[in-house]
Amino acid sequence: MKAENEQALHFTKPQSQTPQSSFAKITRRELLKRSAAIGGSLIVGSGFIAGSTASWALEVKSLSPDTMATLVQMARDIYPHDSMGDEIYAAAVKAHDDKAAEDSEYKTMLETGVDSLNAAAKQMGHASYLATGWEAERTELLKSIESDGFFQTIRGGLVVGLYNQKAVWDALGYEGSSYEKGGYLNRGFDDIKWL
Amino acid sequence: MTAPFDVNDNSVVVIIGTGAGGGTLAHELALKGIDVVALEAGGRHLPQDYINDEWPSFSQLALTDMRTTSGSWRVAKDFANLPAWIVKAVGGSTVHWAGASLRLQDHEFRALSTYGELEGANLLDWPVTLAELEPYYDKAEKKMGVTRTNGIPGLPGNNNFKVMKAGADKLGYKDCHTGRMAINSEPRDDRASCQQLGFCFQGCKMGAKWSTAYSEIPRGEATGHLEVREHSLVLKIEHDADGKIDGVVYQDKDGNQVKQMARAVCVAGNSIESPRMLLNSASSMFPDGLANSSGQVGKNYMRHMTGSVYAAFEQPVRMYRGTTMAGIITDEARHDPSRGFVGGYEMETLSIGIPFMAAFLNPGAWGREFASAMDNYENMAGMWLVGEDMPQESNAITLSEEKDQSGMPVANVHFDDHPNDVAMRDHAYQQGMALYDSVGATQTYPTPPYPSTHNLGTLRMSEKPGDGVVNGFGQSHDISNLFVSDGSQFTTGGAENPTLTIVTLAIRQADYIAQQMSEKSI
Ligand SMILES: Cc1cc2nc3c(=O)[nH]c(=O)nc-3n(C[C@H](O)[C@H](O)[C@H](O)COP(=O)(O)OP(=O)(O)OC[C@H]3O[C@@H](n4cnc5c(N)ncnc54)[C@H](O)[C@@H]3O)c2cc1C
Ligand code: SF4
Repeated sequence: MKAENEQALHFTKPQSQTPQSSFAKITRRELLKRSAAIGGSLIVGSGFIAGSTASWALEVKSLSPDTMATLVQMARDIYPHDSMGDEIYAAAVKAHDDKAAEDSEYKTMLETGVDSLNAAAKQMGHASYLATGWEAERTELLKSIESDGFFQTIRGGLVVGLYNQKAVWDALGYEGSSYEKGGYLNRGFDDIKWL
Repeated sequence: MTAPFDVNDNSVVVIIGTGAGGGTLAHELALKGIDVVALEAGGRHLPQDYINDEWPSFSQLALTDMRTTSGSWRVAKDFANLPAWIVKAVGGSTVHWAGASLRLQDHEFRALSTYGELEGANLLDWPVTLAELEPYYDKAEKKMGVTRTNGIPGLPGNNNFKVMKAGADKLGYKDCHTGRMAINSEPRDDRASCQQLGFCFQGCKMGAKWSTAYSEIPRGEATGHLEVREHSLVLKIEHDADGKIDGVVYQDKDGNQVKQMARAVCVAGNSIESPRMLLNSASSMFPDGLANSSGQVGKNYMRHMTGSVYAAFEQPVRMYRGTTMAGIITDEARHDPSRGFVGGYEMETLSIGIPFMAAFLNPGAWGREFASAMDNYENMAGMWLVGEDMPQESNAITLSEEKDQSGMPVANVHFDDHPNDVAMRDHAYQQGMALYDSVGATQTYPTPPYPSTHNLGTLRMSEKPGDGVVNGFGQSHDISNLFVSDGSQFTTGGAENPTLTIVTLAIRQADYIAQQMSEKSI
């Protein structure tokens, strides 16, 4: 019930995503000095997570970098788009860190959720969720917590948090607003050729 | 006296809501010189303010006030507090609507006679016939500038339409075209022509699409006989000692409760809020709510049988370019019980952007199958399936335990599909998928109903007072100066999108109210 309400909330109060602002500029050397790879393609350091190529890094305010990295991997496993980089998924879950900074109960809910996911991974013989190699196995782990409020909060948040990003529209071939360009009337509204 | 009017002026007609029904009625009465106060819960947004971005537009325009749901319909699970997609603004849902403007068919006004008794269905014939409405349909089509009527050319077909048309030809459908749309295919009536922006659901920034927000309302105001009060949420309709309506209590923009006196009141808040207002207006004289001697207030809630089919192809379609509802197939709208159900359905192209697709394609779904469908977005075509659903007494708007800020109980919307609805949806999915398969779809996605856009029937018309709430003119059987002026009046739903009929009924009701006033019957 709770989870459904959460979702309805995301429906009526979509958060606008301005994630880029919180992406810190960081050099690769600095990054490697301050960090450790933890499985997956993510690097965590104190107070930040980053892509393994150091093309982006995200400061984490309230959650531990490990927790944040787990949320990023969860986001990818929930809606796996192989053509999209981790920074898009990081931007999609960033709001949870912001909310956790203001709401300690929320923070605990996220941390407990990640703990239970890692516990399930250990039972399966893996060091952690992030260290679980195949998507199919991680999906199995997610399935085991699917009805929990934690999972539904993350998934529900992604519907808007992920798919309302301009970068995602570009990747999926959606051009959006056309009014400023005079509409699609002279820009291909009827240009289909293959039929 | 000219607008604005005094709250104690009991000569005015008060209209609640300014959408398809209320906005049209307000304009028509004002043109006749009748003084009208229209109370609208939302604010005023005009084409320059509309946002061509799905979520921000939704936040700007949609009614997101608290509601609860129950029943076995999937919307109750996925969108528990958003049973319907309705606009709260001057112009009502005509700001969001796609513009499809179809007449109901003759036999649909005689549903009980045509379909016969159906177990679980509360079928009834309308107290009006198509023949009686035809002259008013003519007026409505002219007013709204419906394409393919009055010599107005059809809109050009976009990519999404072309895929539909190719499939329709393959399946042997005969009646497929770019629709009868209240969208200008050429400049008309001081409004521009469609530039194929692709955001009809977000408010037409060109003003090419008819909407009471910028068509009827400003024209009514220009007569000096119409005052529209924005941010005015009606809480209660009140009556005098004789049981005649004497005014309505509303919460004004500053949060104060105000009573506007009235000679007559017309309710047009759409089919969830309208019955809620009547139920919330219960008094010692009318303990079950106003106009409810039949017990039918809030009952027989219909939302049309709906569903969508999206399909992915090997190459791009880019369905989002151009009009949202760009074409229609009407072949399945006939009544033909050999298909396993009564009534019929329309197939209409539909496109939604990535943000809404993520929310609506398969609510709650996740994983690679869902993501792969989203990956196909650029190569997708889509259609909406909309048909007649069965009125059922148990599908109802009732007062919930929950209250809104002003302390009034919110509406609970209960809905279960009738077996006829299910059979029709299955048939429609099969036909939609077959259509796309016939032109080379690599995947098809039968998509569940969205929150209801067509809300109907909760204050229905009936010949006999015991069967419904209002007569054939939308006048309450119980209280002569209380009218219903929106889609709640529908006795049955028909297969067609309802707005043209709502507008038609409002034009006809305006004549009737004017006549009753001049005869001093109200
Ligand atoms: C996305 C979308 C697409 C659609 N496409 C089509 C289409 O192509 N063709 C078609 O025929 N129909 C379409 N519709 C449906 C169409 O918009 C509605 O059928 C029509 O607008 C209903 O008219 P109405 O007068 O009953 O209510 P509305 O137009 O919804 O107006 C009701 C008004 O009442 C106000 N109100 C409610 N309660 C109160 C209160 N207590 N006090 C004061 N004001 C109140 C609301 O704010 C609102 O402005 C679509 C709807 C949507 C949402
Ligand atoms: S496609 Fe046409 S009708 Fe729709 S919003 Fe654009 S201009 Fe308006």
